[in-house]
Amino acid sequence: MKEKILINARIIDPSQKMDEKGSVIIDANGKIKIIGKDVKKSDASSSAEVFDLKNNILIPGIVDMKAFVGEPGYEYKENFRTLGQAALSGGVTSIVTMPNTKPIIDNVSMVDFIIRRGRDKASVNLYPCATLTRELEGKQMTEFGLLSAKGIIGFTDVIRTVQNTQTMARIMDYASDIGVLIMQHVEDYELSKNGCINDGEVSTRLGLEGISYIAEKIIIQRDLSLLNEFPCRYHINQISSKESLDVIKRNKENGTNFTVGVSINNLSLNENDIGDFKTFLKLSPPLRSEDDRLALVQGIKSGLIDVIVSDHTPEDEEGKRLPFAQAATGAIGIETLLPLALEMYHNESLPLKKIIETLTINPAKILKINKGSLIKGSDADICVFDLDTPWVVKGDVLKSKSKNTAVEERKLQGKILMTFLNGDLVFKST
Amino acid sequence: MAVQKNTSAIKSQPKHLLGIQNLSIQEAKKILEEAKSFINLNRSASKKLDILRGKTQINLFFEPSTRTQSSFDLAGKRLGADVMTMNVSNSALKKGETLIDTAMTLNAMHPDIIVIRHQDSGAPNLLSQKVNCTVINAGDGRREHPTQALLDALTIINRKGKIEGLKIAICGDILHSRVARSNIYLMNMLGAEVNVIAPKTLMPRSIERLGVKSFTDMKKGLDGSDIVMMLRLQNERMQGSFLPSKREYYEFYGLTPEKLKFANKDALIMHPGPMNRGVEIDTKLADDINVSLVKEQVELGVAVRMACLKLYCK
Repeated sequence: MKEKILINARIIDPSQKMDEKGSVIIDANGKIKIIGKDVKKSDASSSAEVFDLKNNILIPGIVDMKAFVGEPGYEYKENFRTLGQAALSGGVTSIVTMPNTKPIIDNVSMVDFIIRRGRDKASVNLYPCATLTRELEGKQMTEFGLLSAKGIIGFTDVIRTVQNTQTMARIMDYASDIGVLIMQHVEDYELSKNGCINDGEVSTRLGLEGISYIAEKIIIQRDLSLLNEFPCRYHINQISSKESLDVIKRNKENGTNFTVGVSINNLSLNENDIGDFKTFLKLSPPLRSEDDRLALVQGIKSGLIDVIVSDHTPEDEEGKRLPFAQAATGAIGIETLLPLALEMYHNESLPLKKIIETLTINPAKILKINKGSLIKGSDADICVFDLDTPWVVKGDVLKSKSKNTAVEERKLQGKILMTFLNGDLVFKST
Repeated sequence: MAVQKNTSAIKSQPKHLLGIQNLSIQEAKKILEEAKSFINLNRSASKKLDILRGKTQINLFFEPSTRTQSSFDLAGKRLGADVMTMNVSNSALKKGETLIDTAMTLNAMHPDIIVIRHQDSGAPNLLSQKVNCTVINAGDGRREHPTQALLDALTIINRKGKIEGLKIAICGDILHSRVARSNIYLMNMLGAEVNVIAPKTLMPRSIERLGVKSFTDMKKGLDGSDIVMMLRLQNERMQGSFLPSKREYYEFYGLTPEKLKFANKDALIMHPGPMNRGVEIDTKLADDINVSLVKEQVELGVAVRMACLKLYCK
């Protein structure tokens, strides 16, 4: 590989508190050779390929902590190739993939398969999760030690929650000893039974069963109580309500160590957007009130929420063309993750640095991976974007195999121009 | 009574009747006005008109129903339409497939009207996007039952002369009731004051935002009301424990002559049926022709549905 120099960039890399005009040199091995305002063109070799970024923004490649691939078993929804393309065109270079495939990734033999398959088909860094419990049943913990040794990054039952308190206690106790990452979906099933949207005026009007915020809060409270007994690496996949934030605040203030994620959907939409039964907006956790949404944005600002995820959940049309209660849950989002997040910058809710942080170094730290940073010597995974270009989301032109975007026709500002992976230009906007 | 043959369908109307929420006050009044003209017709010896001659009406019932289904059936026939009723029995798993698949199949047969009842809220909305004929909602999940509310309104107008200014108490299983929701929207729209009464576990979240006062104490909720609408306990929709027992429910929320005394002296009782006698209403009270409008509701239901079919079928 030839050396590359990216000049005239506004470099924002929260991992090294950098926000400055400068250049980046990528060495022949695809690593960051040197970065910042002091880099001169003469620092690169004379044969280096030059990219003039024209004052656009350069950040570390985005790390998305929650996306569903579809392989194996649901290739008609998404496969490694399409997910990879979608991710790169969204500036995402590292993806944590969910294990609720068919078969489920809950044993060592499956791990080899997906790692090999992912490496062959997707030109993006993949970090597979295995399930927390066998068959997603919430009963028997999976082989945390063996699976980690095979390359599993974390353990999650994705959209299912371990209901049994005893089981959860043992999972945390065991995990605390071997240092694996537990990623919990927080939902009490009895309280959320049959529910499909937020419990409130909208659910009353639409005649749909609601899911109260209590269903989320009670599991967070339970798990954080357990966590004090069994301090393991514990991450809450996604929260959706203001009430959950209150619990999180109290516990973080008391020194309990854990991390929290939120889906870009819960930051960008609220229950009113569901309108006349738009099933693409049937999500888990559900969209809640505007007050909740605003609280979540504040939660990012104050650092109570650590990461923003795409919660990329491809579903084909058949699964969505059903009465709301029966329709599949989830929306795609990996391509629109950054542009949607930039909305919070444009409407002055969040500083740009904070947004980038939650998409890069924060998830990388939680995952303990060497990503999300462009510090000298790190892999040259880079996203270059234009902060201001307006565009309109059209599901049909998104690269994901499924088109169930929750933000169809949304007017966004900010577009990904280039994505580099290990120093290679892997995406360029046309 | 002379009935104009040439009344065109409501022009400004989207061609589906999916719920009271989508209805304007003018549209609601137009339906009620039209329905009045059918009341006497239905009481006369010759009941058949040819307004919908040549039109095909399909009643698509995914949920069992006796009165609504037969009411729509008669209404269509009396207007001269060819009426076909399909009772779609279904396994829980295949419900959704059945709806869309059936819709596409039926659509290919060129019906003019589909009357649908479905256990899922929003099913008629979905159907309306898939077919190119008029869709009339005959009850979806717990969301809406617009023709029931319209027939209730007609019944009240028929007895009380108006709705504006009346105080209407809706009592019972509000949570699971589409009848309650449609009535709240319609009675509010027509100028009534609406109280809803239910035990807390059967009261939907944020119900006040729909423009009602909510009560858990039946006596307070009934105070000064002109109309008392009782709802059925929908045990089939209840999963888990909502109430201690039917006996306790009857004690606090069953309509008895004693509790009725808290309402206005000339208060009238309504019930969308079917009734659970001795659970939500005292059996004698239910049959008392001086206070109970139950039979009249059923009678006027046909007139209201005729009006809807006529106005919505282009």
